[in-house]
Amino acid sequence: MGEIRLMKGNEAFAEAAIRAGTDGYFGYPITPQSEVIEYLMAAKPWETTGMVVLQAESEIASINMLYGGAGAGKKVMTSSSSPGISLMMEGISYMAGAELPCIILNVVRGGPGLGTIQPSQSDYFQATKGGGHGDYRLFVLAPASVQEMADFVPLGYEMAFKYRNPVMILSDGVIGQMMEKVQLFDPIPRWTEEEIIQKCPWATTGKTPNRERNIITSLDLDPARQEKHVLKLKAKYESMQQDVRYEEIEVDDADYLFVAYGSSARVCQKAVKLLRADGYKVGLFRLITLFPFPYKRIEELSHQTKGMMTVEMSLGQMVEDVRLAVGKDQKVVHYGRVGGIVPNPIEVAEAMKNQIIGG
Amino acid sequence: MADVTLDVWKDIIKPENLVYRRTPVMTDNTLSYCPGCGHGVVHRMLAEVIEEMGIQDKTIGIAPVGCSVLAYEFLNIDMQQAAHGRATALATAISRLWPDRFVVSYQGDGDLAAIGTNETIHACNRGENILIIFINNGIYGMTGGQLAPTTLLGAQTSTSPYGRNVELHGYSFRITELVAQLPGTYYVTRQAVHKPALVRKLKKAIRQGFENIKNKKGTSFIEVVSNCNSGWKMRPVDAIKWLEDNMLAYYQLGDIKVNGELVRQI
Repeated sequence: MGEIRLMKGNEAFAEAAIRAGTDGYFGYPITPQSEVIEYLMAAKPWETTGMVVLQAESEIASINMLYGGAGAGKKVMTSSSSPGISLMMEGISYMAGAELPCIILNVVRGGPGLGTIQPSQSDYFQATKGGGHGDYRLFVLAPASVQEMADFVPLGYEMAFKYRNPVMILSDGVIGQMMEKVQLFDPIPRWTEEEIIQKCPWATTGKTPNRERNIITSLDLDPARQEKHVLKLKAKYESMQQDVRYEEIEVDDADYLFVAYGSSARVCQKAVKLLRADGYKVGLFRLITLFPFPYKRIEELSHQTKGMMTVEMSLGQMVEDVRLAVGKDQKVVHYGRVGGIVPNPIEVAEAMKNQIIGG
Repeated sequence: MADVTLDVWKDIIKPENLVYRRTPVMTDNTLSYCPGCGHGVVHRMLAEVIEEMGIQDKTIGIAPVGCSVLAYEFLNIDMQQAAHGRATALATAISRLWPDRFVVSYQGDGDLAAIGTNETIHACNRGENILIIFINNGIYGMTGGQLAPTTLLGAQTSTSPYGRNVELHGYSFRITELVAQLPGTYYVTRQAVHKPALVRKLKKAIRQGFENIKNKKGTSFIEVVSNCNSGWKMRPVDAIKWLEDNMLAYYQLGDIKVNGELVRQI
């Protein structure tokens, strides 16, 4: 097994990028994720794996560099934080339309606007419902540990190339900045030119006499063809349900459930312990994929529980999907802190007691 | 018509009598450009150079947003269509990730010199090993004739209906002179395509741009001053006269930077 290190989430992501056989990283500094590009520039992977690392002139340029690289069959990624991700939205929409695989890490900070540099989870809607223009979805993974910041890089590429779709890793300032033990996976070699041509026959690698020219575009001015294309994308997004992921902690006998992802899930994990110590049968349903969303499993769990509380560092975004999953009969309450405040396990446990168990 | 049997032509259609053929680096699709527009000529020169250098399998083109948004329908090479203004960001990544490929971006004045100015300048300043072909017709053709950054002072467009004036619209933008001053550019030239001799010069310039990529010299930047008779609302012949009298007075033809050295006072 791989080497064990103590690292920040952002550093683990950067190290995992090199180990996952990334061909190119393109990014622009922004707090709280600048360690990603700093780590890569210091590691000089172009001397070892041949990975390209470039500090772009803006997030707009970064995402369009991803478009170019992905369109040419390469494994590419960027990282940013909320305001920078907003700037990328146009490019992300183009990549979804042109069906280009890539990884985009969002180490979320509070908004709106310049907001704060402190952690937040207020970009859930933007990540899972669109954000850019047009009907499209991203495959969204939500790491809750430094370990997952590393592990979701190869998983992210697997999903990105399986579905030919951008993958967003929706992290937050806590996961990006905190240090934890991480077991790093063994390096995976970058694809050779032959492998790229074989795995990505659609990519613009240069038109050889044995095939027609390859075109990467999101444009089709013919309404019938464009409708067909968008319906094909819809079917693809629906098929992503086969890769839905979640974790259930003390759920089997639970009367009440926390539903959370990312750092909020870590807070809830402690709150479950506190509540269990007081005799309450409380469990945690942790989402790992935010899109695809585990509607079916949450609906099933609503039949064995008496109430659910989502904990999010937002005014309540994911809670809307939980309510969609369970229908009117189940009590679903949102508890959240905003402005860069991370709730503590005691206040979360109190909220569960007051608003769900006793409420 | 007289009875011309196939037998008669048989004696004439022979390889040794071939004086012209369409390059296979262009597709058979009918060009969507307006009659009289320079795009088609520039496409063909680009395609002919790619054929002559034998690099069809190593060339990756980038189409912009604007009249040439569908350039991939006409050029028989692998191509990507970029978001408005971002062609050189795509080109940067492709060139760095595939260093032995020939990457060429093909952009109009709105794409390259308005919405994409940042990407243009930074790609040139980094000296990306790419060829940028910049069609300057001083107007937004695709959207129906609005003011472009390169529109001449006094020129009427749908968003400068009383003529471009400095207080309202600012000055006409000579971005080519600007990028020539960046250390990353190796070859910067301004060409035109409204006369056969100029077309031949443009072809030489494109060839130079591809040779520079081959020799890893940095950025080559070719502006082509072209007419837009539809956008200018002129007949093609009048448009060419207007181009010669007005556009070329402000956008002076010829090399600006050769082998990394400025050859003209800017």
